[in-house]
Amino acid sequence: MSVVVDQLTKSYGVQKAIDALNFSVSEGEIVGLLGPNGAGKTTTMKILSGYIPATFGQATVYGNSVETHPLEVKKMIGYLPEHNPLYLNMYVKEYLGMVAKIHKLENQSSRVSDVIEMTGLGIESHKKIKMLSKGYRQRVGLAQAIIHEPKVLILDEPTSGLDPNQLIEIRQLISQLGKNRIVIFSSHIMQEVQALCSRVIILNRGQLIADSPMESLVSQLQGSQLITVEYQKPIDLNLLKSLSEVETVIKVKDGIYQVTSQPGKDIRTDLFDLAVNQSNRMVGLTVEKQDMQDVFQTLTAQTNEV
Amino acid sequence: MISILGKELKSFFSSLIGYLVIATFLIFIGLFMWIFTDTSILDNRYASLAQLFGIAPMIFVFLIPAITMRSFSEEKQQGTIEFLNTKPIKTWKILIGKYLGNFLLVVITLIPTLIYVWSVSQLGAPKGNIDMGEVIGSYAGLLFLAGLFTAIGLFTSSLSDNQIVAFLIAAVLCFIFYLGFDYLSRLPIFFGNTDLIVQKIGAEYHYASISKGKIELRDVVYFITTTGFVLWGTWISVTKHKW
Repeated sequence: MSVVVDQLTKSYGVQKAIDALNFSVSEGEIVGLLGPNGAGKTTTMKILSGYIPATFGQATVYGNSVETHPLEVKKMIGYLPEHNPLYLNMYVKEYLGMVAKIHKLENQSSRVSDVIEMTGLGIESHKKIKMLSKGYRQRVGLAQAIIHEPKVLILDEPTSGLDPNQLIEIRQLISQLGKNRIVIFSSHIMQEVQALCSRVIILNRGQLIADSPMESLVSQLQGSQLITVEYQKPIDLNLLKSLSEVETVIKVKDGIYQVTSQPGKDIRTDLFDLAVNQSNRMVGLTVEKQDMQDVFQTLTAQTNEV
Repeated sequence: MISILGKELKSFFSSLIGYLVIATFLIFIGLFMWIFTDTSILDNRYASLAQLFGIAPMIFVFLIPAITMRSFSEEKQQGTIEFLNTKPIKTWKILIGKYLGNFLLVVITLIPTLIYVWSVSQLGAPKGNIDMGEVIGSYAGLLFLAGLFTAIGLFTSSLSDNQIVAFLIAAVLCFIFYLGFDYLSRLPIFFGNTDLIVQKIGAEYHYASISKGKIELRDVVYFITTTGFVLWGTWISVTKHKW
């Protein structure tokens, strides 16, 4: 286990921002920290990066405690803070050069041009940072986080506030970066976590409420299938209801029906066969899949009730 | 440490701040030394730089807080302090890097005044008749004073994320350290030689002593310990994360 968080607690006065978190991440994993605002994602990341101390418990990175060996940990970590603070008056190259210098890298200028190429900053690299758009600033933030080839990359909401195109580009960059290192990133966008992560950790109100591989979490909470089916000609509702694994049927209008299956059952072939038997034709079928959004809402709603 | 020093110094000269500081200082010094009749050297009968070394500390009281006010306040406000604190660099190195960067700007500001030394020595009769011991001592005193003011400015900047607050507190503290104790000692409230002790707490007493051209150990120790003490306070204030 390369990143280990053990009983990590941070309290601000009486309020506990995070409460006895336990998790560990091993090499090659891309882990998504997911949770609503105020769940403790940023606090966890700030402690891991050594910016704020924990009230109780500890975090270790490759065996080095964040508290007692901060310099060793900081050398291994690349961190992109939440609001991506940058020195706006610096030129991109100047800024990255300074970061390389702080890290005391050996081949500074070649590392700077490497990360500029990796993050696609080429055409913007001669500009001042304050001249850049948000997407490019985010790339500068990523570039400074990876310039020293860290083993662990911690990204706090790396895609917030980006437009859809930039979003996709930054996501591609992250999954590319995650090929040979640990990536821990936070987000409150479910689809993003689903698209990027091999594993997801869900936090709510400072507590860990789920920690499992992506697929198992989705299937674990998978309920019934909700299918909207469209036939060329109207079909008898009772015929649909008589299918063995169908739970409910609602007629949207003639020929279009919303069908829910019994939990965990796949009824798509049955719906098709029914059309064939009735010498009807199926012209459309949409599965409203249970996805992260629902999982997330179910889980956080549960803990909010408690 | 060098990387932080370089960053600080570059940031002064990539914006207007650096040039503005140098220009402001030289304009004031130039006006007082050569133009205003009350203080002009040309109306003085002696080839001495007393004006320069008398006025410069008062300008420093305001100018140095203006230089240092951004050093930590701006980093806090823009969040870049989080960037610095999560890089593998010790806090005291950040602090000393910043201190030296700010101090170096003050030194750069002082360099052009060396021309005045030359011109005043040319005005002496006979030519070159100037007390170089006094000049060197005064420059040394001025550098010590600037070092102390820079530390005070850095300290107040580390207290607040508001630059104006940092500036005002620093200016007041610099003034108290420079003249405050001196004025205080003149109040008729002290018995025996306690007034001398109060006077010695202030920087003016030691600055005046060094300026005579006699650099004494106790004055040097005074400046080094006070500067060190203020920097230590800054270190505590920087390392203590409230949240």
